Amino acid sequence: MSTTDWTVTAPGPEPHTEEAPKTEIVDGHHVRFYELDEHAHPEGYSTMLGFWIYLMSDCLIFAILFATYGVLGGNYAAGPGPQDLFELPLIALNTAMLLFSSITYGFAMLSMQANRLRATQGWLAVTGLFGLAFLGIELYEFQHLIHIGAGPQRSAFLSSFFTLVGTHGLHVTFGLVWLVTLIVQLNKRGLVPANQRRVACLSMFWHFLDVVWIGVFTVVYLMGMLR
Amino acid sequence: MSGHDQTTADPGTADLSHPDLKPSGTLQATQPTGHEAGHGAHHGGQHGGHAVAELPHATMRDYVIGFVASVILTAIPFWLVMTGTFSAAATAAIITVFAVVQIVVHMIFFLHMNSKAEGGWSLSTLVFTIIVVVIMLSGSLWVMSHLHSNMMPQAHELSQIP
Repeated sequence: MSTTDWTVTAPGPEPHTEEAPKTEIVDGHHVRFYELDEHAHPEGYSTMLGFWIYLMSDCLIFAILFATYGVLGGNYAAGPGPQDLFELPLIALNTAMLLFSSITYGFAMLSMQANRLRATQGWLAVTGLFGLAFLGIELYEFQHLIHIGAGPQRSAFLSSFFTLVGTHGLHVTFGLVWLVTLIVQLNKRGLVPANQRRVACLSMFWHFLDVVWIGVFTVVYLMGMLR
Repeated sequence: MSGHDQTTADPGTADLSHPDLKPSGTLQATQPTGHEAGHGAHHGGQHGGHAVAELPHATMRDYVIGFVASVILTAIPFWLVMTGTFSAAATAAIITVFAVVQIVVHMIFFLHMNSKAEGGWSLSTLVFTIIVVVIMLSGSLWVMSHLHSNMMPQAHELSQIP
């Protein structure tokens, strides 16, 4: 059996690859070839890593806001401090809402893996309701603070508080918009690979927001009550 | 085959049945389509020429463990602060530890973080982010507290302001 040397290269000069030629057996002939093409990657093979890196950059945003709160959090400008303003039972309820939404999103992921479309949509909807409850409680708290004159313009403490907690709330808001969009997309096209990828990305986003909230309730609310 | 193709071979003699030898336009035909993505037999393992994008594989066990641990790790700090069992400094130290542990629990059981996810890139980007965040947070707080204690006007200086 002879080794046929097929040069599988682009016409022109030597192949500009440093790799050694590869050998395959085609129709009983040994064929040596150079791989010039990119490897074939399935669509979206890097989406999860890319989204993770986005989340890491989002993490930096929150780190900056935490640092700002850490520096300014004690400057009350003779105004109200955390102990005058925060109601821990309300915050505990809020935290419970976010925690419940995390486990229900987990159930949505499990339903998706079991290829059950309606269950996936249902759990996503339940997650959305918990997220909405969280947002409602947070907006009530903000409205209450502003109403009693403890708005963001009152002191550096309140400015940094509203920026940090508000940015988290804004993320939850966009997460909810995404959630509704996803339920509609699932309705239209079902559990196709692209939609599965989207559900998995939103899962990371949602759990990441829960991680940030751990920092918020610990540093802002619980530590604030200890001052 | 036209000259524009990246791969050319002696025409007519070789049956280019290997996918890598075909023009790139036909490659998709060799890939499985449909619902196989995400719940195949492999759990995030790396293998050459992966045909479908792999999604992290979640289990009910992970979510239940993560949820129960999170509830406990959230309830205890709230209870400590609301009842005031310990001194403020001790409580602050304890709830900080609880927060860090809970973040790790979320990372492992909800975000499915492990050293093999995405070929290790998830973990290395996470470690890099943590390093940057720690440097930035501790540096900001340290520098600004120094400024605060060194540049705030003291009581005797305030009294001299006309």
